[in-house]
Amino acid sequence: MTREEIKARVLDILAGIAPEAETELLDPETDLREQLDIDSMDYLNFVIALDDEFNAGIPEKDYTKFTTIDSCVRQLETLGRS
Amino acid sequence: MAEFRMPSLGADMTAGTLIRWLKEPGEKVERGDIIAEVDTDKGVIEIEVFTDGVLGRQLVEPGTKVPVGTSLAIINGEGEAPSAGTASSGVKKEPEERTRVLASPSARKLADKLGIDIVDLEGSGPGGRIQREDVERAAARSPEKETAETTSEDRFRRAIAAAMERSKREIPHYYLSTTVPFENALSWLERENSARPVRERLLHNVLLVKAVALAVKELPEFNGFWTGGRLEISERINIGFAISMRQGGLAAPAIHDAETKSLSELMEELRDLVARARSGTLRSSELSDPTITLTNLGDQGVETAFGIIYPPQVALVAFGRIFEGVSFEDGMVRPCRSINATLSADHRASDGHRGGLFLAAISRLLQTPEDL
Repeated sequence: MTREEIKARVLDILAGIAPEAETELLDPETDLREQLDIDSMDYLNFVIALDDEFNAGIPEKDYTKFTTIDSCVRQLETLGRS
Repeated sequence: MAEFRMPSLGADMTAGTLIRWLKEPGEKVERGDIIAEVDTDKGVIEIEVFTDGVLGRQLVEPGTKVPVGTSLAIINGEGEAPSAGTASSGVKKEPEERTRVLASPSARKLADKLGIDIVDLEGSGPGGRIQREDVERAAARSPEKETAETTSEDRFRRAIAAAMERSKREIPHYYLSTTVPFENALSWLERENSARPVRERLLHNVLLVKAVALAVKELPEFNGFWTGGRLEISERINIGFAISMRQGGLAAPAIHDAETKSLSELMEELRDLVARARSGTLRSSELSDPTITLTNLGDQGVETAFGIIYPPQVALVAFGRIFEGVSFEDGMVRPCRSINATLSADHRASDGHRGGLFLAAISRLLQTPEDL
């Protein structure tokens, strides 16, 4: 999967979590929790959806690596290569 | 035979609009079945039936707004002869029985469009029937208050306003706060979650829910309602969990019998409740049943929160964010993640001394998370 494809899927997932958000306007380097006003339940649902979509097996201690769009894409790219 | 009535889903609810029936006359219903959807100030709510039987005559048609307590349908006991008119479609219903509010279809339509509560109007037609002109007159009287611009968000805000106004008017609150050492609980949770697949991981919220439920069992005067000038302690422990809505506002639906549920069950319920609160499909029992409320504002970075009690409940427990605190053991200072817990309680129902014991119980229960 290309970087752009990964990003598009991440944005789709975010749109499911925060339906009112205009995901294309999000800053890729700013914390998603701040930008989208999502709480811990939303964030857990986001990680679950990433895990389902990319079969990523994300450990809880790595949640902090998935807090921005760019960092999500980087992590998922790395997982895809491993 | 039992009557199925428009339920009250909170101190502030006066009426609701039946959106649709989900069961047909003649269908068997069991206690807890969802049989209708009702539009209220709190959004669309699924209404459950509180008795087993067979759905008989439906007395209110979809689209009709009726006051709380209005009979919506008849529930016949099993084996009981159905009341006249049951089941057979095409049976003409008497208009007087269909609804308590007599109104012409065009009046209803206009009132709905203008966001006017037809229940509040006086009808000038025969037998007090509300005519189109009555709605127009009401609209002219309140040009700003009730226009087509009245959105569901506005109504939601108004419902919260009414409840909070009543709370601060009627309830003599007292507030107690304490810092709870949370290191044991979080370390346990991290170990527990590392062994669970992502989908089954727990949030620390469920530890808080369970600890509050068990603490209430020890100090029941914080669990119940102030009604008719006295405290009515509830035998069931239903934790109202405050959930913020994306469009603003909040709901605090109940996690029923929380003290009997495992942390995994609580997590499952909480996830479901948050999803349904935000998509607007809560059930009537979830809104009418909470016996105490829990709010966690920690996600917003708040260190300490002081809640307002949801009447007629008598207590609310609020938690803030997890912060890096310290503990003192054997003369040593150790880092210890901590969380602030605040009790808002009704001084008519309890006293500060018992409130202090209640917070202490919550803190103690959170030190042994494996027992929750």
